[in-house]
Amino acid sequence: MSDFIRTWWKLLAGVAGVVFMALLPLLNISVPGVLPTPTYQPGTLALLSLAMVFSALALSYNMLLGTGGMLSFGHALYFGAGAYGLGIILANFGVPLWPGVLIALLGGLLIAIVTGAISMRVSGIPFAMVTLAFAQAGSVLVRRNSSVTGGEEGLSLNTEHVPDGLVGVANTRNLYWFALGVVVLVYLVALWVDRSRLGHLARATRENELRIRVLGLEPTRARFVLFLIAALSASGAGVAYILLQSGTVPRAVSADLTITVLVMVVLGGVGYRWGAVLGGFLYTILDQRLTVLAGSEAIEGLPSVLRIPLSEPLFLLGTLFILVVIFLPGGIAGTVETRWLQRRRADALTELDDDADEAQRPSEVRP
Amino acid sequence: MSTLVLVLVTGVGLGALYFLVASGLSLIYGLMHVLNFAHGVFLTLGAFLGWEVASRIGATGWPAFLLSILVGGLVGTAFATVTELALIRPLYERHIEQVLVTVGLAFAAVALFEGIWGSDPIFITGPAWLDETTTLLGARIPNVYFVLMIAATALLASLVVFLRYTRYGMIIRAGVENRAMVTALGIDVKKSFTLVFAIGGSAAGVGGVLAAHYTGYVSAHLGQTLLIFAFIVTVIGGLGSLSGAAIASVLVAVLQQLANYYLGGTGDLIVVVALAVVLLVRPRGLLGRRPA
Amino acid sequence: MSTILEVAGMSASIGSQQVVESVSFSVPDTGITAVLGRNGVGKTSTLRGILGLIKRKGEVTLAGERIDGLPTHRIVQRGVGYVPEDREVFASLTVAENLALAERQANPRRDFVAHLFPDLVERRAQMAGTLSGGQQQMVSVARALLNDNRLLLVDEPTKGLAPRIVNEVAGALEEASRTVPILLVEQNLEVVKRLAKDAIVIDGGRVVHRGDAREILGDEELTRRLLGVHGDAPADGHGTEERA
Ligand SMILES: Nc1ncnc2c1ncn2[C@@H]1O[C@H](COP(=O)(O)OP(=O)(O)OP(=O)(O)O)[C@@H](O)[C@H]1O
Ligand SMILES: [Mg+2]
Repeated sequence: MSDFIRTWWKLLAGVAGVVFMALLPLLNISVPGVLPTPTYQPGTLALLSLAMVFSALALSYNMLLGTGGMLSFGHALYFGAGAYGLGIILANFGVPLWPGVLIALLGGLLIAIVTGAISMRVSGIPFAMVTLAFAQAGSVLVRRNSSVTGGEEGLSLNTEHVPDGLVGVANTRNLYWFALGVVVLVYLVALWVDRSRLGHLARATRENELRIRVLGLEPTRARFVLFLIAALSASGAGVAYILLQSGTVPRAVSADLTITVLVMVVLGGVGYRWGAVLGGFLYTILDQRLTVLAGSEAIEGLPSVLRIPLSEPLFLLGTLFILVVIFLPGGIAGTVETRWLQRRRADALTELDDDADEAQRPSEVRP
Repeated sequence: MSTLVLVLVTGVGLGALYFLVASGLSLIYGLMHVLNFAHGVFLTLGAFLGWEVASRIGATGWPAFLLSILVGGLVGTAFATVTELALIRPLYERHIEQVLVTVGLAFAAVALFEGIWGSDPIFITGPAWLDETTTLLGARIPNVYFVLMIAATALLASLVVFLRYTRYGMIIRAGVENRAMVTALGIDVKKSFTLVFAIGGSAAGVGGVLAAHYTGYVSAHLGQTLLIFAFIVTVIGGLGSLSGAAIASVLVAVLQQLANYYLGGTGDLIVVVALAVVLLVRPRGLLGRRPA
Repeated sequence: MSTILEVAGMSASIGSQQVVESVSFSVPDTGITAVLGRNGVGKTSTLRGILGLIKRKGEVTLAGERIDGLPTHRIVQRGVGYVPEDREVFASLTVAENLALAERQANPRRDFVAHLFPDLVERRAQMAGTLSGGQQQMVSVARALLNDNRLLLVDEPTKGLAPRIVNEVAGALEEASRTVPILLVEQNLEVVKRLAKDAIVIDGGRVVHRGDAREILGDEELTRRLLGVHGDAPADGHGTEERA
């Protein structure tokens, strides 16, 4: 019964959240210190759009880490594939936007199939290292082939075949709605994955590989499919990214970006979909705010022992991340759900994977 | 012919540098099952502080060079030891979280280094001899490569002696095989965790100073770039196997140099392809034990 | 007669799975006490729980002092020797190194061990991984006998060994038990009859019976019910079902 109410409550909260986000560009809300401008102006809309793209990426990463227990350091490769794929197609082949998006997504999927099949020869920590190597190769390719990718300079979006409504600062609002659409879509995919047999299998594998094998199921295949869905979702986020930023830079395929996403997911709470979304927002806004802070006069005047660390946003975010890992193991979402909502986690320990709510359980990820 | 010699010898020299990083990673992984993402920043800090010291007492002299190596080693040791005690130990046995804190540390440290030393590379100088060449079979080899080889050989030899003939070495070898049983013999295995971090850190710190002379500059990203190759080396060599890491370091670097020279600068990519091939043919690496 | 080890309401779990449920028993400070039970009922887990090798709750007292909060190496340092179920010798270390690692005191009992297992002296320099199963078991037992322990925890020392070696290992334990009490998990009921004074029977993760070892094994009905075997047939690990 309470389960039923909770499900409805969650659904309601979700829908309300999306509707609110959708209405933001039409409202005049100012949140000084957090958002740079009132919500209807391009400054804030661009920031929030970027946050949503990263939320989508974080959601896709959470499918890997939270649902599948797979620690990847190469997830940015698929994000970059989406971004660069679309950029290259639009620049070189004169294809209209939507078919171009489709081709970019398929390209990302293809790369994921090849690299995923190879990296899944190993699991746990070796898997993490191998995915890192693939992402590095991708990043090298991008930096080297500057005639196609723009090299270090990055690739700017060729807008010739992009509908006018999605181009320029004046249309930030439309891009914002597009980004919102992407994050909602990826959320629904993540929800579906968590509820589906596939998600159950992947989670059960994480818990106890041996038992799954005894049951005659193929754990590797479940994880592989999960990996592909996560990669495809990341490519989707990449597509939104290049449209939003009207270009992309090599950082979009770098290990750095994967680590950034990892930070978002861990801050938000590994294994919680809303945690991933929250992590994406929190990180993007903090990053932006801390950068502003770094340039502020208050910081300038400090002695260098304080000034240098405080003017490096990534130093502060990295430190925050370490503190969360050590002192807040479930991230924000995990802490909220276990501590304040007092859910029946404690006795859920012995319950097994056919618990429909298990997707939301803080995962003790094992290598 | 002399080009081939040049490519091979520089390959071995680069392999020596990889080994300075990979040996520590491999020991740490073998004993603790921790993937140490922060290993690169141990190296970077060693390089920066080594350079700070050397540049103050006349960078082109040998005393400055030798002192900077010592400083690099000590800095690496200290940084690694503190990392183990403060960040790794509280998360005992939680391998994923341990990886995550090292990721966070690397992330934060690189940013801090950029804050202190700027984001542009700092070009460095050393004893003139390092940049001169020695002719070997017709090939003119920069002397810095020989220094790298000597350092890596000395490291390998002392590690082998340490592991084979000391009690702590014995504990580490036993721990790599079966940590629980080591504790069940009444041995506090955590002390050897700190020890392998310290050893790995010192090798990385020394490696940092040498890497700076090899590339000619120090930058906040020096270590993390090398780290990726060190990861590849440890996977190809077989995770946790020191001799595997040694062999793979040389193989990978030679392959990389060959490809750089003969296949139009594709060394970085060939290395990843080699990794893929090894994983397809032999997922546990050259000398790795069967997957546990 | 006093007790050396007191276990009160100890539960143990592996990962999220509870494998021992609130067991309570005590081990007298002399002789050999056998732990009996079907495959998979949690005998090994009980020993590992006592040693802190797996997560456990409840009270464990060694010679009057609580040890359930201590890490494994401290428990062992207080005088607990452990012979694990599958020998767990360090395969890439030599016999001599395996033994040297186990030495905790200034004057380890090397002569005693050499007297029990002369074979091992000859094979000092051999890699433990290349020893036969029986020889590995000797290394494993020897590691526990090198120190003056207050208690030995020995898990199926005769598992998978040829009858002659079973005899040799049983003999060694018998000799050791003159100076140190032993908690012995053993499936070979002949060995139990020969060595053990008391026995504890575990079923479904709990202690269900305790008493004189020979009496328990003499009661055919009891033996069949609790151990799933006939008292006169040595059961060494086959023919019984896993716990559901
Ligand atoms: N790593 C593990 N993960 C999950 N369950 C485990 C694990 N190890 C053991 N178990 C379970 O714990 C229970 C108790 O195991 P334990 O090894 O203690 O039994 P045992 O009585 O020693 O059996 P045996 O006579 O076969 O040695 C068994 O049901 C077993 O399946
Ligand atoms: Mg057992």
